[in-house]
Amino acid sequence: MSADADTAAHTPTIVLVGHGMVGQRFLEALADRGVTGRARIVVLCEEPRPAYDRVQLTSYFSGKTPDDLSVVGAGFMAEHGIELYVGDAAASVDREARTVTARSGRVFAYDTLVLATGSYPFVPPVPGKDARGCFVYRTIEDLLAIEEYAKTATTGAVVGGGLLGLEAAGALKGLGLETHVVEFAPRLMPVQVDEGGGAALLRTIERMGLGVHTGTGTQEVVTADGAVTGMRLSDGSELAVDMVVFSAGVRPRDQLARDCGLAVGERGGIAVDELCRTSDPAVFAIGECALAVDGRVYGLVAPGYEMAQTVAAVLSEGAEEAGDGFTGADMSTKLKLLGVDVASFGDAHGTAEGCLDVVYADSRSGVYKKLVVDREGVLLGGVLVGDADSYGLLRPLTGTVPPVSPEQLVLPAGAGAPVALGPSSLPDDAVICSCHNVTKHAIGQCSSLAEVKKCTKAGTGCGSCVKVIEKLLPAPTDRGLCRCFSYGRSELYEIARTLRVTSFAALLDSHGRPEARGGEGCEVCKPTVGSILASLNNGYILDGEQASLQDTNDHFLANMQRNGSYSVVPRIPGGEITPDKLIVIGEVARDYGLYTKITGGQRIDLFGARVDQLPAIWTRLVDAGFESGHAYGKSLRTVKSCVGQTWCRYGVQDSVKMAIHLELRYRGLRAPHKLKSAVSGCARECAEAQSKDFGIIATANGWNLYVGGNGGATPRHADLLAQDLSDAELIRLIDRFLMFYIRTADRLERTSTWLERLEGGLEHLKDVVVHDSLGLCDELEALMAAHVDAYRDEWAQTLDDPERLRRFVSFVNAPDAPDPSVRFVPERDQIKPDLTFLTLEGVASR
Amino acid sequence: MTTLELSLSPGSWMAVCEESRLTPGRGVAALLPDGRQAAVFRDRSGRTYAIDNRDPFTGAQVLSRGLVGSADGRPFVASPLLKQRFDLETGRCLDDEEVAVAVYPVRAVQLDPALS
Ligand code: SRM
Ligand SMILES: Cc1cc2nc3c(=O)[nH]c(=O)nc-3n(C[C@H](O)[C@H](O)[C@H](O)COP(=O)(O)OP(=O)(O)OC[C@H]3O[C@@H](n4cnc5c(N)ncnc54)[C@H](O)[C@@H]3O)c2cc1C
Ligand code: SF4
Ligand code: FES
Repeated sequence: MSADADTAAHTPTIVLVGHGMVGQRFLEALADRGVTGRARIVVLCEEPRPAYDRVQLTSYFSGKTPDDLSVVGAGFMAEHGIELYVGDAAASVDREARTVTARSGRVFAYDTLVLATGSYPFVPPVPGKDARGCFVYRTIEDLLAIEEYAKTATTGAVVGGGLLGLEAAGALKGLGLETHVVEFAPRLMPVQVDEGGGAALLRTIERMGLGVHTGTGTQEVVTADGAVTGMRLSDGSELAVDMVVFSAGVRPRDQLARDCGLAVGERGGIAVDELCRTSDPAVFAIGECALAVDGRVYGLVAPGYEMAQTVAAVLSEGAEEAGDGFTGADMSTKLKLLGVDVASFGDAHGTAEGCLDVVYADSRSGVYKKLVVDREGVLLGGVLVGDADSYGLLRPLTGTVPPVSPEQLVLPAGAGAPVALGPSSLPDDAVICSCHNVTKHAIGQCSSLAEVKKCTKAGTGCGSCVKVIEKLLPAPTDRGLCRCFSYGRSELYEIARTLRVTSFAALLDSHGRPEARGGEGCEVCKPTVGSILASLNNGYILDGEQASLQDTNDHFLANMQRNGSYSVVPRIPGGEITPDKLIVIGEVARDYGLYTKITGGQRIDLFGARVDQLPAIWTRLVDAGFESGHAYGKSLRTVKSCVGQTWCRYGVQDSVKMAIHLELRYRGLRAPHKLKSAVSGCARECAEAQSKDFGIIATANGWNLYVGGNGGATPRHADLLAQDLSDAELIRLIDRFLMFYIRTADRLERTSTWLERLEGGLEHLKDVVVHDSLGLCDELEALMAAHVDAYRDEWAQTLDDPERLRRFVSFVNAPDAPDPSVRFVPERDQIKPDLTFLTLEGVASR
Repeated sequence: MTTLELSLSPGSWMAVCEESRLTPGRGVAALLPDGRQAAVFRDRSGRTYAIDNRDPFTGAQVLSRGLVGSADGRPFVASPLLKQRFDLETGRCLDDEEVAVAVYPVRAVQLDPALS
């Protein structure tokens, strides 16, 4: 530890206890205001991982990983010099000495202490509550434990029918359990909805197959051998269940504050003033652990964010300049799960004096809507069950007189008079995103949803405002490829094919947007059209005008790396390679000092070649029998294989032989996006064929063909297209499939997204390529045959032609000079790019 | 024969290469006497442009290897690394107002074969 107190210029220290959603927002607010540069910031984070999106916790069960849920930007802590202690909690506070002692024994002196310790789930003190099979629903660890236990369970119950309880019930149902909900109050979601809403909700939830028990409490958790076997309810009935999730409300985590003598509320919560100061002015409390001046503890994230902003403002500008601080917030909520829309906002229970209700109820369809207005017609709040589409719109209208009558607002679309109420009728200062307090005006400054999210954060919280945001943005006006073409890729393909267009300039000048004709095109359409022309004409891609269309990587038949050097990837069909060839790769890499790595595609990548070295490197590779691996092209990458029948005791076909055959057949085929394949020798699937654009799995009778698989950012399992094919049938079907895809897909659309979008989906695809419903198959096969015939290795062709080789120089005016800016430094016995050197502005040639 | 020349300071020109070395729509890099690098381009209509070769977003000397395009009638090059576009006439980055690269005057000089 440094003796920082002794140094002349004392750097103030802010200690944050609790790294939840509000804690992280507080850190961001400090960074935005430049406080991170002036103060030392220490964060104690009790959970085993940095802050994550608790609001979206349940999405873990629909495939989000804990990493997806993180709310901390990569590099955020390092960039702002924040010290984060993950897995270490504050154990005690000494306010006299101004120190915090952590469970690990670390002691931190603070000038300012901020408590953001959140809440803990309340578990009613019923017998059996600690048995094996009892859970709460608050952290990622809770969900992991629930998921694990559910594997051996068949029935579950959730104690508590509030917002979170219903989310938890949805999750149990999703895990395949028969699920019950037990709620003490006479209706579900008692805090948010009124009686009528509760009744509509009950019907919908029961229809989904959940057992609902309202108006009854949990008396005991019945156990055998320390594990849950059932529940006894206060109405005398018993439920046989294997697991219980308690979701009976939360309590503020104020123990740390109590122990050090800070004022807390009668029913818990660390008491704070408008500026979130506790009874000790050096200590603040924010988020769910704080008892706000209006006497409430807010169990929602938006009020916590406001508190975080308030404290950051106090710390950077001082109490006088910090504005009004936090005086209270509205409790609007929308349930996100279960397929039922439930929302409540503003004064949902109509507690204001003299207010009126406008109600629409349709118990058949489970729809219930209530709006609360005052005598002047000002909208005060409402409850929406079964159809909450108008939530995003009504919430911002709260506090105003809506432009149409409340009756019209609750009627379903199509019933009664048409309602001309869109987001455009909202006032400019209406808050559209309540999670991030973003107004309609601020959203109007942006032109796309991505921009809105980036600039205002709106839509990145609970997401319930996204629909309204989309309506506020200018409609995506056309589906054209880019600013040069109003046609999409597949339309351009058809134009080029039927009109036999063979040059980009001709296509642009005849079919481009009027304002783009005669121009240069752009970085989007040039490579796209280049790829279409290559798919249709099968020629060498770097001659004449074609040369100007290719992306940089195609232009140099190699992939550019971050320092301007290139990678070299020879094709290794099926991943099979002889020792002699391996030695050649090793020798080339050694002689040119290239970084060598086995790729995820079962081949070897050599990194760090200068553009002027590429021809010499490839000369040696081509001489040894290698070809381009097309790692740069939107074309076939690899056909991975497992070792298959030849060696493997389970194999039923020769998967390596088939993989090599397919890789050689489709190599060099230009497509809308890259193509990947794999062949497994049996159903154990060691080659991961079902994650490929076309994947093949051997059966005792032949081959099963799967299509439309994808790894990458949005993985998709491939769909089975046909079974038990012979070698010839398999190849014919793949020929048709690939050509149909090339013909109809959009730019940069992998087969997975294409198949998802294809009208009629897999069935339609089967009709076209298996049953030839469009009579296209002959043509598709002929196109593929033409490709196979015309294939030439691009690198061999390039090396054969001095004219083509002329572009491979670093400098046109000094062909022999290597580029001095491409430099490397050593790492683990190999090289890596010298990036520090690149950041020096205006580097000279030394 | 037509030679492309580039000006580093007013009034002084240095030869870069023959015009025919430039494929319309693509660029080449030239090494300057002080160690800097220039990216020289030619568009479909035969106009030539030169800007600094260093991509300010990554520090790599690669702008000459980007794709040439036009937007609203103005020519640009898109960096091959992270695709930011630079106006070839002004050097201004079209995707980030605060960034620009240097621009060099270029001219095509017709050498009379009889004299050369
Ligand atoms: C080298 C390699 C990583 C490695 O060291 O293992 C790699 C490297 C790159 N991948 Fe990859 N991918 C590599 C295997 C994979 C795999 C695994 C596989 O093929 O089995 C995947 C997931 C499978 C899939 O694609 O479905 C993969 C999914 C991606 C994606 C996401 C694609 C998607 O549909 O979501 C991209 C981005 C893109 O293409 O838009 C990408 C893009 C890239 C690029 C081209 C990024 C770029 O533009 O610079 C990298 C350049 C490679 C180079 O310079 O040579 N790479 N990449 C692997 C080369 C395999 C090969 O031999 O050709
Ligand atoms: C399933 C679920 C769904 C939800 N849905 C919504 C929703 O739709 N809308 C909405 O507005 N809200 C929702 N919430 C509530 C929302 O998540 C909370 O309001 C919000 O997370 C509160 O943030 P916080 O930072 O105050 O507390 P937390 O996120 O609970 O963070 C507090 C952190 O402090 C840590 N901590 C506690 N004591 C110590 C200590 N002594 N030392 C170090 N660390 C400590 C805790 O481990 C925790 O990580 C939901 C909550 C759950 C569980
Ligand atoms: S997929 Fe089957 S044949 Fe291939 S290696 Fe695995 S177990 Fe063996
Ligand atoms: S209202 Fe929650 S993200 Fe906008």
